[in-house]
Amino acid sequence: MSKVKVEKETQHKLKLLKRRKPNRSRVGDFFVYLFLVLMAIAMAFPLVFSINSALKPLDELFKVPPTIFALNPTLDNFADLFVTMGKSWVPFSRYIFNTVFITVVGTAGHLIIASMAAFVVAKYDFPGCKTFFAISVTSLMFTGMVTQIPNYVIINALGWIDTYYAIIIPAFASTTGFYFMKQFMEGLPTALIEAAKIDGANEWRLFIGIVMPNVKPAWLTMIIYSVQGLWNNPASMYIYSEERKLLVYALNQVLAGGIARTGQGAAVSVIIMIVPVLTFILSESQILETMASSGLKD
Amino acid sequence: MKEYLKKYWTLRKHNFKVGLKKAKRSKMCYLFLLPYAVIFFMFVILPVISSIFLSFTYYNVLETPRFIGLDNYFNLILQDDIFITGVKNTLMIAIITGPLGYLASFLFAWLINELPRWLRTIAIVVFYAPSIAGTLINIFSTVIFRGDQYGWINGFLIEAGFIDAPILWLSNPKYMLWICMIVILWQSLGTGFLAFVASLQNVDRAYYEAGYIDGIKNRWQELWWITLPNMKPTLMFGAVMTITNSFGVSAIPMALCGYPSTDYAARTIVTHLYDYGITRFEMGYASAIATILFFMMILCNKAIQSLIRRVGT
Repeated sequence: MSKVKVEKETQHKLKLLKRRKPNRSRVGDFFVYLFLVLMAIAMAFPLVFSINSALKPLDELFKVPPTIFALNPTLDNFADLFVTMGKSWVPFSRYIFNTVFITVVGTAGHLIIASMAAFVVAKYDFPGCKTFFAISVTSLMFTGMVTQIPNYVIINALGWIDTYYAIIIPAFASTTGFYFMKQFMEGLPTALIEAAKIDGANEWRLFIGIVMPNVKPAWLTMIIYSVQGLWNNPASMYIYSEERKLLVYALNQVLAGGIARTGQGAAVSVIIMIVPVLTFILSESQILETMASSGLKD
Repeated sequence: MKEYLKKYWTLRKHNFKVGLKKAKRSKMCYLFLLPYAVIFFMFVILPVISSIFLSFTYYNVLETPRFIGLDNYFNLILQDDIFITGVKNTLMIAIITGPLGYLASFLFAWLINELPRWLRTIAIVVFYAPSIAGTLINIFSTVIFRGDQYGWINGFLIEAGFIDAPILWLSNPKYMLWICMIVILWQSLGTGFLAFVASLQNVDRAYYEAGYIDGIKNRWQELWWITLPNMKPTLMFGAVMTITNSFGVSAIPMALCGYPSTDYAARTIVTHLYDYGITRFEMGYASAIATILFFMMILCNKAIQSLIRRVGT
C-alpha cells in the first residue's frame, strides 16, 4: 500500500520536474514580477530622460521644471552636432577609428592575457600562485587618483607618451577582469580538466579547447567591463596630438563651447552611450547556460 | 631552543626544495602567467609602491620629493579635522550603501535569472543602465532634488502639505549625505551585479533537480542550500567590488553637493584626496590619505571574506 503511494509521489515529482521551476509558487512569482517592473521604472528613468533630452528642441531644453518626454521631438541636436564635428580640422571619422581601435585591441588583449593568467592561478597549484593572487586582489583597493603620477613617469620612461601603447597595454592587465575570471574558473569542475589531461591535452589545448568555451558567460562579462572602460577613457593625460585623440575627448571639446552647445551636449551624452549599450546587449543576450557541468557525473 | 631553530631551518630548507621542484615542474604555468604578471607589475604594483613611498615625503609634483617621515600621517590624524569628517562620512556611506547595494545586486541578478531569455536581456540592460549612464546623475540635482519649489520632491511635498517652504536638499547639511546615499544605491547595480548574472547561469541545473528530489520546498531554501554555495567565488568578487566602490565614493557627492560642499557635510576620504592631490598639488599628503584608505579597505575585506565563507553552512 505505502509502496504504491511512494511510487506515485515520485512519479508526481518527476512530472513536476519537467516544468521549468518545480518549487515556485504562483503568488510568489506574481510579486516578483511586480517588484521587478516597479524597480525597472525607477532604474530606467534617467536613461529615458536623457534620450528625450537629446530629442528636445532648444526652447524645451531650457524649460524649468523640465518635462520628461520631448513634446516636439526633433533630430536638430544631432544635426547640429554633425555640423560642428564637420568643422574640426581632423576628419571626425578619425576620432571614431581611434576609439574603436583602442577598444578592440585593448579588449582582445585583455581577454587573452588575463584569462591565461586566471586559468593557471585558478586551476593549478604552483609556488607563488596564492601570493600573486592575494597581491592582485589587494591592489584593487588602492585608489587610482594618486597612482596617476607614478604611472605617467613609468609610461614616459618607456617612451609611450602620445602613443596608444599608453592606453592599450595597461588595459591588458586590468585587475577586475582577471579577478573575476579567476573566481569564475574556480567553479569549473576539476574532473573536466583532469579528464582532458588524461587524454593527453597540453596546457594550451586545455585552455583554448576546454576551459574557455566553458566559461563563456565570464568572458562575455569581461568584454563588457573592458569595453566600457576603454570607450569612456578620454586618455587626456597621455595623448596630445589631435589626430590621435579619442572620441570621448573630441566630444568633450565640443561641449566646452558652453551654453550655446546645450542641445549638442544632450546629443553627445546619448551618442557616447550607444556603443557600450550595444556591446552590452549583444553580450548579455549570449550569456546562456554553458555545458560545463551538465553531463558530468561524479 | 637551538634544537628548535635547527629543526625549523631544516623544515624551511626542505619546503624550499620541494617548492623549487614543483616550480620546475610547472614551467608552463609560469609561462601562462608571465605576460599578465609583467604588465600588472609595471602598471599596477610599481605605481602603488611608489605612491606609498611618496606618502612619507613632501611632494608638490614639480619639485623632487623631500623625505619627511611620518609627518603626513600625524598631520592627517591629529590636525586635519576635515579629514576626520571625511572618514566619518565615508564610513557612514560604506556601512549603509555597501551591504544594501551588495544585497540588491544579488537579489536582482537572482530574480532576473528566472525570466525567459529575451526578457532577461532587457531586464539586465534596464537595471544596469544607471551604471552605463554614469554621467546622467546631474538630473538628480537639476530635476528631482532641485532646491527650489520646481524640484519634484519639493513640489510633491508642498502639494501634499508636508512642508511650506522648499528645502535645499543638496546644500543643507542635514540632508546632503542621505541624498547622496540614495543616488549611490540607485547606481549600485554595477560590476558585482553583472558578475552575479553571469555566474548564476553557471550553476549546474542537476543540483537543482537533485535538491528538488531531496525535498527542497521553496525558492528561499533553494537559494541558501544550492545557489549561494555554488557561487561563493563570485560572491567574494562582488564583495571586493562593493568595498572598493563604497569606500572610494567621491564622484557622486562631488557632482551633487558641489565641491567643496557646505560645511564639508558631503566630504568623503577620496574627495579629500582629490582636494589635496589635484587642487593643491600636495601629492605626498594625498598619498598618505590613499594609504590610510587602502588599509581601511584591506581590514574590511578580511572581515567580509570570513563572513562569506560561512554562507550555506
